[in-house]
Amino acid sequence: MIGHAEKAAPFVADEQRVHWHDQALWFVRLKRDRQAESIPEWEALREAAAAIKAHTLSRIADYLEEFEHNASANGIQVHWARDGAEHNAIVHRILADRGFTRLVKSKSMLTEECHLNPYLEARGIEVTDTDLGERIVQLRHEPPSHIVLPAIHLKKEDIGELFHKELGTAEGASDPKYLTEAARSHLRQKFMAAQAGLTGVNFAIAETGGFVVCTNEGNADMGTSLPPVHIACMGIEKIVPRAQDLGIFLRLLARSATGQPVTTYTTHFHGPLSTPGGELHVVIVDNGRSAILGQETFRRSLSCIRCGACMNTCPVFRRSGGYSYGYTVPGPIGSLLAPLRDPRKFGSLPFASSLCGSCSDVCPVKIDLHHELYAFRQELVRQKVVPLSKRFAMAAMSAVLARPWAYRMAGSLMRGIVPRLPRAFGYGPWNAWGRQRELPPMPQQSFRDLIKKESK
Amino acid sequence: MPKVGLFIPCYVDQLYPQVGLATLRVLRRLGIDVDFPEEQTCCGQPMANSGCAEYARPLAERFLKIFGKYDHVVAPSGSCVSMVRNHYAQWLEGKPDFDHLRTTTFELCEYLVDIARVVKVEGDFPRKVGLHMSCHGLRELRLGRSSEVMVKPFNKVRFLLGQLRGIELVELTRFDECCGFGGTFAVNEEAVSCLMGRDRIADHEKAGAEVIAGFDTSCLMHLDGLIRRQNKPLRVMHVAEILEGARLS
Repeated sequence: MIGHAEKAAPFVADEQRVHWHDQALWFVRLKRDRQAESIPEWEALREAAAAIKAHTLSRIADYLEEFEHNASANGIQVHWARDGAEHNAIVHRILADRGFTRLVKSKSMLTEECHLNPYLEARGIEVTDTDLGERIVQLRHEPPSHIVLPAIHLKKEDIGELFHKELGTAEGASDPKYLTEAARSHLRQKFMAAQAGLTGVNFAIAETGGFVVCTNEGNADMGTSLPPVHIACMGIEKIVPRAQDLGIFLRLLARSATGQPVTTYTTHFHGPLSTPGGELHVVIVDNGRSAILGQETFRRSLSCIRCGACMNTCPVFRRSGGYSYGYTVPGPIGSLLAPLRDPRKFGSLPFASSLCGSCSDVCPVKIDLHHELYAFRQELVRQKVVPLSKRFAMAAMSAVLARPWAYRMAGSLMRGIVPRLPRAFGYGPWNAWGRQRELPPMPQQSFRDLIKKESK
Repeated sequence: MPKVGLFIPCYVDQLYPQVGLATLRVLRRLGIDVDFPEEQTCCGQPMANSGCAEYARPLAERFLKIFGKYDHVVAPSGSCVSMVRNHYAQWLEGKPDFDHLRTTTFELCEYLVDIARVVKVEGDFPRKVGLHMSCHGLRELRLGRSSEVMVKPFNKVRFLLGQLRGIELVELTRFDECCGFGGTFAVNEEAVSCLMGRDRIADHEKAGAEVIAGFDTSCLMHLDGLIRRQNKPLRVMHVAEILEGARLS
């Protein structure tokens, strides 16, 4: 298991880029603050959103079936996928049955999670991600580094270089408007040629059998109105009971995500295109979610609406970059979702946090992220994923601290010995604290020694 | 007259005795009956934060036995108080005195403002001070409004320090960003931890602070380690050390 700290090392080494990344995300966080401040009932909205999500999760099967029933009545074809493999096979079958080879996609973290692109590409299907950031990372053969801002780890110069190579823009050009125009005409070709469009789902509504897709670039709308066939992929947790619930979630989502009052395009789908050959498919995917639902302590992580606010606010994420998490969803929420999926592979993530709690306070659906990370640490020790050396050190420390005489002795030994150590020894490579920091002062007397001289 | 048990976190006892003494003096000057039970050691937070809850449990049980009998428990640390208030229930729920302990254990500033009802702070501190709002005191004990939450602004620490004559509380760009200490995080994620710490110090420097004041010595220990390595002309002080010379009423 390569841990978060090791994976973060290459990103952290470029301090200038770290500062730029930190500032770029902090800027989004400040935009979010201004938008949240402008809503007097912000905290009430968060409360309501959390309550609706908790309620929905408590009877999710009923709501999903209600959705299936109403969606079918709307002429939507509903498919159920137990895991990523089933999901990929369903999408492929829809395309292959119709002889389609060209698919345009708008942003869907679920398809990233299921590794849909390589699956389809291996079967002769050209997949084009049409969200600008997604297209950038796709051209670089990289995963997104952030769920809302997939290319936030790149500077405009990096993109100019990439577009020069891939799209034939002028060498050295890094003007964002010029580069966006180039991407726009490149993507326009892809939209025109596409035979099917795939989108994610932000909210599926049980009561109406419809769903909502939020984007800022209108790419989902292009991809679902030009080609006749639309495939929408959703995790089971995307369901909300009523259309009126959108009045809460849509107000929270864009404000939390990017500091906009609402996404530029908020498109409601309630049936296939009426043009010839129009089809609308919804693939409902579990892929480990119902197993999380069964764990009371971590259930609330399924309330996540994927706004990315916890990433923007996380002081660790801003400085370690999205790739340091090694999972589709990074940051605080990813540090729960990843080890919930595979505790051995992702066991370092719950420790990649100072537990500052900013994520919990910023979360629009009030997931108690930092307390869940804390709880997950206990879980990892229970499952013996945490190395024995660390557990042993904690056992030894506990044994000393449980005995006042041992504690007093250990303390006075430390204070007596450390100041006498040659500097080269005290600050050897084994002292991670001392790499960039001085050790604390080692006073001759402890508080409990000094209090004896203190007059009442 | 309520009897107060003084809880001095282990690393404060061993490494920062002056912070413990300052806390004791601030409380005694208010006429509060303070007792320091000598059997105390550590609240168990290092073990619990490392996931080793089972090794923290005996320390939590000891803590209840030692402090359960006091009317109030006061500590110069937001983080350790949060441990008692927010994490002890997993082991101590339902035990005699636990509900009492949980609801009567306070961080120093909140004790002064909420329980001792200090409204007036008289004293001099003619310095430019940057206030470090440590995360656990801020977001777990709500010593102030955190920047994420949209409620009316308040800050109990600022309320106390701001009254000192001559003090200038400087405006930081990010007044409640984490310093990167985070317990074992400081060594497990040394690189990110130090980046966070250096960014915090830079913010205080830019604002013109001469002193970084805080209510959690652990964060200050981390910041001070970075400051001393870089020979910066800043110093860190615990709020208790600043209030020690003042008259509170």
